[in-house]
Amino acid sequence: MIQTAVSTLLSHWRRHPGQLATLIAGLALATALWSGVQAINAEARTSYAQAAATLGQDSLDRLVSASGRPVPLAEFVALRRAGYLVSPVISGELREGEARLRLLGIDPLTAPPEAGAPALQGEALDLPTFFTAPGLLLMEEETSLGSLPPGLPEIVLREGIPPGAALTDIGTAARLMDQHDPSYLLVARVQPAGLPPLEQATDLRLERPGATTDIASLTDSFHLNLTAFGLLSFAVGLFIVHAAIGLAFEQRRATIRTLRALGLPLRSLLVAISLELAVLTLFAGVLGLVLGYGIAAALMPGVAGTLRGLYGATIPGTLSFDPVWAASALGMTLAGAALAGAQALRRTASMPILAPANPRAWALASARSMRVQALVATACFATALALGVWGGSLLTGFAALAGLLLGAAMILPASLGLVLHLTGRGARGALAQWLFADTRQQLPGLSLALMALLLALAANIGVSTMVGSFRGTFIGWLDQRLAPELYVTAASLDEAARLRAFLIPRAQAILPIVSAEVPLSGRPGEVFGHIDHATYRDHWPLLQAVPDAWDIMASGQAVLINEQLARFADLSLGDPLEITPDLTLTIAGVYSDYGNPAAQAIVTLSRFAETFPDVPQTRFALRIAPEDAPMLATALREDFGLPTDAVINQTQIKRFSMEVFEQTFLITGALNVLTLGVAGFALLTSLLTLADMRLPQLAPVWALGLTRARLAWFELARSLILAALTFALALPVGLCLAWVLLAVVNVEAFGWRLPMTLFPADWLRLFALALLAAALAAAVPALRLARMPPTTLLKVFAHER
Amino acid sequence: MNARTLTLGLCLLASPIWAQGFAGLGTAADGFALPQSPALFNFPEDHGPHPAYRIEWWYLTATLTGEDGAEYGVQWTLFRSALAPREAEGWDASQLWMGHAGLTSSEAHFSAERLARGGIGQAGARPAPFSAWIDDWAMTAIDPEAADALDALTLTARGTDFAYDLDLTATGPLIFHGDGGYSVKSAEGQASYYYSQPFYSVTGTLTLPDGPVAVTGNAWLDREWSSQPLSERQEGWDWVSLQFDSGARLMGFTLRQTDGTAYTAATWIEADGSTQAYLDGALTMTPLAVTDVAGREVPTEWRIELPDRGLDITTLPLNPQAWMDVSVSYWEGPIRMTGTHPGRGYLEMTGYD
Repeated sequence: MIQTAVSTLLSHWRRHPGQLATLIAGLALATALWSGVQAINAEARTSYAQAAATLGQDSLDRLVSASGRPVPLAEFVALRRAGYLVSPVISGELREGEARLRLLGIDPLTAPPEAGAPALQGEALDLPTFFTAPGLLLMEEETSLGSLPPGLPEIVLREGIPPGAALTDIGTAARLMDQHDPSYLLVARVQPAGLPPLEQATDLRLERPGATTDIASLTDSFHLNLTAFGLLSFAVGLFIVHAAIGLAFEQRRATIRTLRALGLPLRSLLVAISLELAVLTLFAGVLGLVLGYGIAAALMPGVAGTLRGLYGATIPGTLSFDPVWAASALGMTLAGAALAGAQALRRTASMPILAPANPRAWALASARSMRVQALVATACFATALALGVWGGSLLTGFAALAGLLLGAAMILPASLGLVLHLTGRGARGALAQWLFADTRQQLPGLSLALMALLLALAANIGVSTMVGSFRGTFIGWLDQRLAPELYVTAASLDEAARLRAFLIPRAQAILPIVSAEVPLSGRPGEVFGHIDHATYRDHWPLLQAVPDAWDIMASGQAVLINEQLARFADLSLGDPLEITPDLTLTIAGVYSDYGNPAAQAIVTLSRFAETFPDVPQTRFALRIAPEDAPMLATALREDFGLPTDAVINQTQIKRFSMEVFEQTFLITGALNVLTLGVAGFALLTSLLTLADMRLPQLAPVWALGLTRARLAWFELARSLILAALTFALALPVGLCLAWVLLAVVNVEAFGWRLPMTLFPADWLRLFALALLAAALAAAVPALRLARMPPTTLLKVFAHER
Repeated sequence: MNARTLTLGLCLLASPIWAQGFAGLGTAADGFALPQSPALFNFPEDHGPHPAYRIEWWYLTATLTGEDGAEYGVQWTLFRSALAPREAEGWDASQLWMGHAGLTSSEAHFSAERLARGGIGQAGARPAPFSAWIDDWAMTAIDPEAADALDALTLTARGTDFAYDLDLTATGPLIFHGDGGYSVKSAEGQASYYYSQPFYSVTGTLTLPDGPVAVTGNAWLDREWSSQPLSERQEGWDWVSLQFDSGARLMGFTLRQTDGTAYTAATWIEADGSTQAYLDGALTMTPLAVTDVAGREVPTEWRIELPDRGLDITTLPLNPQAWMDVSVSYWEGPIRMTGTHPGRGYLEMTGYD
């Protein structure tokens, strides 16, 4: 019996292979989108974790010199001879034209086990060659295929080394980098018994893991954004799956009725439908996984470039297959299908055996469910609002996001119905009235597809606003931090004095960089001393400031603090801030300081020198005409004799960072277009399905004298109007989304708020895209209607039910 | 970087037993010097390192007793392993150094390991004033007026859960093994330079998890260097240094060969320092009982016979679990002898992996 039922149900697909294709394509696309984003996300996170784990960056303390220069070799040997387990690392970048290679020179003899990268596992390495000149470089195959600087020793391929980097013996790194002293020392977690604390044994600065870089939290921010995108595509995908399954059921309403009328037990029918659904979903899901993998693999180099350029976190540009994301993506498709299928089964079960397939009656019945949806939507909005305002945690931030999206999707059919009802009342003439009535008639069938479109549009607006704001923030941050053209570091006070003398005739301004670590409002913090210079006045954007803040600051009576400090210590303008027990200054301004987790304050250089007389002024930022910067850098290295890494040309770094950041737009742009494409596809399938079902409505209108061409134009116009209305609702939802991400989620996650920037030009572009998607989706059924043989329309009357 | 794999490789280089089998290192020592007979020593220079030879060690074992009569054993070893026959400078790692420290009581056994490269000063050895060191572990001469640089030493080492600090005073002369210090290690003729200072009396302090323990006792220092000391057919060795209650001493070893036979050698040392070398076959060492140590079957009780001296003794370990859990692990611990010649000594067994 079930066999017969299944074959009957399947016969529908044999007669309508196009419908089968759209159903499978819909499911597969939804899976692809979700799994693609998931794959990128998972890969980036794994790779980042792996890169961080190399050399125990994630778990080991480090000793660095306070000046930022290399640690003297004698200092390392002295610590070892005192019994401390520290291990030297020489790291840096080899550059020759475009070719670059990051070198990590470690001392395997002293490296703590936690510093272990899996490089030497597996086949035995020729140790004498590794340890003695010219040495060996271990790198991934991908790195070895790229453009590498000349003059490298033999390369051995090893898995698990960050892309663009080579792992080697410290002796080999020392030779290649021409650097004798370790860049820093790794500190083993367990030190021998009976030694005094390391801090007492050395003047080197001990850096705890995690606090080493203010880049870590920016990387987190990027991952968070990816996660948010994953969430959005999940929601979009879920709606599409729901729509595809729901439509497959609607298309076969008549078949099901016939089967039941022929005596097929309800239970057998339900089993047959479930079976069919499971098989189709599995097939489409696997197809979607393949597609998703393709999407992710295509986008991965961009993600890798972004992370590498922005954060120095290297991840491979290639994708490895991870069964976890594959399973989770397939699971999502199955769950979505089960959810949608359950509703279809429920309807089948509750359908009277001989119910006429009467679309209008169905539409009327769905008016009730529309009201229920509106109520649910209101509840969702209220919850989202409450969570957004009073939530106070990352989880509630995401919950607010979910509530907002779900509510917006739920309210859509009711809103569209209301708008159509109100405008329809003003319609003059029978044709116009029919047009509005017919559009409302179509709403229930299109509502799921329109919800998907709404979510896609909202996600587009939200994410592009967020990314755009993030980009603006990032540019500001770069300008703020990297305004001076060159940064130089002297090894000693003597050298600093000579350096100053050397620079005075050559640079427009020499800005000393001094800082001291002090607790600020009970948290670890840093105080900087600045001279009064236009560089700061022009480039440090103040979030809040008293009038003439820079002048007051220059007088030495005030302090500027970063946003993080202001937020966690709840400080505002005019409040006193204790720098040291002897020095308390008034807060004159709060500046944005993205990416830095620690508290920070700025005082004048003279104040600083009084307060911290022991901090040497050996680092300087130089202002100079940008075109002269490379020449001065060369002069500093060749004529003055500073080591290569003691002179940094920041304009190059900035340009490189910006180029890489643009990659982010390619990624989000590609994802946006994909999401929109999937939503457009859902619209297409819905319209195709409705086209067949609507013939009984269209035939009388045609019989009354309206040409097929005009009817087709009406169809097209109707889709455009619905898309435009959906966009009108998506805009505020998308902006709310961006606001929640920037102002709630980011603050909870990082302690700073990204300012929201609006991009109306993007909205216009998106509006055009939405209309285009709707027009493309409606074009096929409209064209088909325009070319429909009159006999088909006439048949409607012959087959009048 | 898998430090363990690397150190494993390093130990393969450093440990005489496995040196031959290690990839890239043939038995023909490329560019390295080979021990020659007759051995001609030049002190104090020869107390220092010999970078032209592939491997070398300063190997000290001590049998100690606390004030309460509890027995202890201490091991301090500095290995030098050359990747190239030259002095190291800067980061050049042509000379690698490895330190092993062990401390054994009847209840516990502690071990620690240090690795370093020569050339930067983190580890090394020098003849005058004598010092051999790696990190804060050191064996250093304290009496510049002494007849021999090794006559008075301090010895320190530290692990995560133990430390020791000992003063050593020699009460007899250096002695030379084999043919005046030229010690043959196989029938094929592999050999090393090998001399000892077996006459130290020791005072000092052990630092255990429960606190410091004052100890006294005896110690034995071995100095050995070579470039290709063992035959490919040899898979491990069992070595003893024994101090008899009579004041005489005995060094003996058995090199276990892949065909089931053994190559043995021994040096009988009278209380006045006069020696007699015994060639292959004179000494027999027979395992009497095995112990499960770190998942391995290790013979911890031995019968040792040297008929020429009327010697027939049984050795019992202070702690049968004296396993050196370092990159390449081995058994090394204090023993007590019963039979014709009672006394205390040290036993080392390698190749039981």
